[in-house]
Amino acid sequence: MSLWYAICDAIPLELLQWDFMKNALLAILVMSPLFGLMSTMIVTGRMSFFSDALGHSAFTGIAIGCICGAASPTWAAVLFSVAFALLFSFVRSRSNQAADTIIGVFSSAAVALGIFAATFGGGSFTKYNKYLIGDILSVTPGEIGGLALVLLAVLVFWVLYSNQLTLTAIHPQLASSRGIPVHLSQAIFTTAIAVVVTLSISSVGLLILNSLLVLPAASARNLARNLKQYHILSVLFALGAGLVGLTVSYYWGCSAGAAISLTLALIFAVSFCFRKVRA
Amino acid sequence: MRTTTHGGACGDSCCLRVQKLSVQIGGEPILQDVDMHIHCGQLFALIGPNGAGKSTLLKAILGQREYSGVIAFSTPGQRGRKPKIGYVPQSPTFDPGDPVSVADLFVCCMSRRPAFLGVGKSRRAQILECLDRVHGADLIDRRVGALSGGELQRVLLALALEPVPNILILDEPLSGVDVEGMTTLMDMLDEIRRTYDLSILMTTHDFAMLPRYADQVALIDHRVVRMGPPEEVLDSEEFRTVFHMKGGKAL
Repeated sequence: MSLWYAICDAIPLELLQWDFMKNALLAILVMSPLFGLMSTMIVTGRMSFFSDALGHSAFTGIAIGCICGAASPTWAAVLFSVAFALLFSFVRSRSNQAADTIIGVFSSAAVALGIFAATFGGGSFTKYNKYLIGDILSVTPGEIGGLALVLLAVLVFWVLYSNQLTLTAIHPQLASSRGIPVHLSQAIFTTAIAVVVTLSISSVGLLILNSLLVLPAASARNLARNLKQYHILSVLFALGAGLVGLTVSYYWGCSAGAAISLTLALIFAVSFCFRKVRA
Repeated sequence: MRTTTHGGACGDSCCLRVQKLSVQIGGEPILQDVDMHIHCGQLFALIGPNGAGKSTLLKAILGQREYSGVIAFSTPGQRGRKPKIGYVPQSPTFDPGDPVSVADLFVCCMSRRPAFLGVGKSRRAQILECLDRVHGADLIDRRVGALSGGELQRVLLALALEPVPNILILDEPLSGVDVEGMTTLMDMLDEIRRTYDLSILMTTHDFAMLPRYADQVALIDHRVVRMGPPEEVLDSEEFRTVFHMKGGKAL
């Protein structure tokens, strides 16, 4: 960390004189490749809505964790999210209903359970706001370390399983005929999303998390013609939006999460205008 | 035009044997007591109305559906070994927006090296070789979602031929393919069957090409209604009953 601070001090930028900006910048540098990468698979696998629902279920897990007096509500939340993801995968593989319908069912149930738990016995809802809005500017060095570990785990996972996951996402029948355990790899992937979303949510907030998990890949799809371009563009868009959003929020005094999300939306709009119609 | 196939006696030449196969989905019987023998080197066609259970039968053979009964493979000289099945799924099912090129699709299927790192030179040469088998080398950099019906079928076929399987299963390969493309595709299948000495099992709704290309045809309507050489099946009373063409001629 002190090395990072030294590097920042060497950069003659006004915004880098504050420790919280140094932390936020480092968090963005770790987070953007992580979420840019994950978003490619989330969008290809039509899981955008699911990652959104997971954010809510993570909140529910935190609420339940607090009530049960768990020492660290984050781990209770991870547990809850993984259970949520596995149950979802199970129901999806057994049901003939569209995935978005099933996600809707799970999302509603999770949110309702969360609010029920948080307000049970007349409890107040406001103490959970931190998790819903979240703030990248309050990220601590410890949390950045956690994110870096998650990034490393996701990278390893990606190198091992991305081919299999891509095939499962674009054509489940073809994947299964090539001997890929489709339901298992879907379950592993949903669990991976669950863990990443839950671990990141309290440090970066729901808003920025969901936009970073969907928009970079959505924009990249407008331009990419193959998987290599898709991944590169997605990570670049996430990184660019993170840096621009953070700078904008510093000078204009607005929420960093909102600024990053809006920058991503702008990137999507521009990429949409230059999209490849056929190729 | 029809080529002769390996002998009728079911010894080593029997490539796929289906006995008393029944499939239920959600308590509803889809297939009942299906018996079929597919010999090596044969082109075996499954016909029948929509919802008759043709695709379900293919899925059972592929091991994607639970079934009761026997599905047994045997490959000459490799008894008991699990056969290699090449499968061409029903298309078109690719999302037109997926940024996945034909080369990416091959890498995802063939290699453990992540496709997002790009396609290496030797791998690319290997993919070109595969695509060449279906005269589709020029398709390598196209996005899978942007291919026409016939092009997609050829790509999926090339994929199913790597590695060269013992039995090739195609689900409605002719749907979404124009008349010219159909002849091209069927000629290609015929050529592949002879070059690699493999069996082909396919479902189709295009009866006109059956006499020319198929060795055996099974008319399926939740069970095997009629089985035999194409002319015999197409000219049968059962065929007319199943397709509500009583009194009319099939072709």
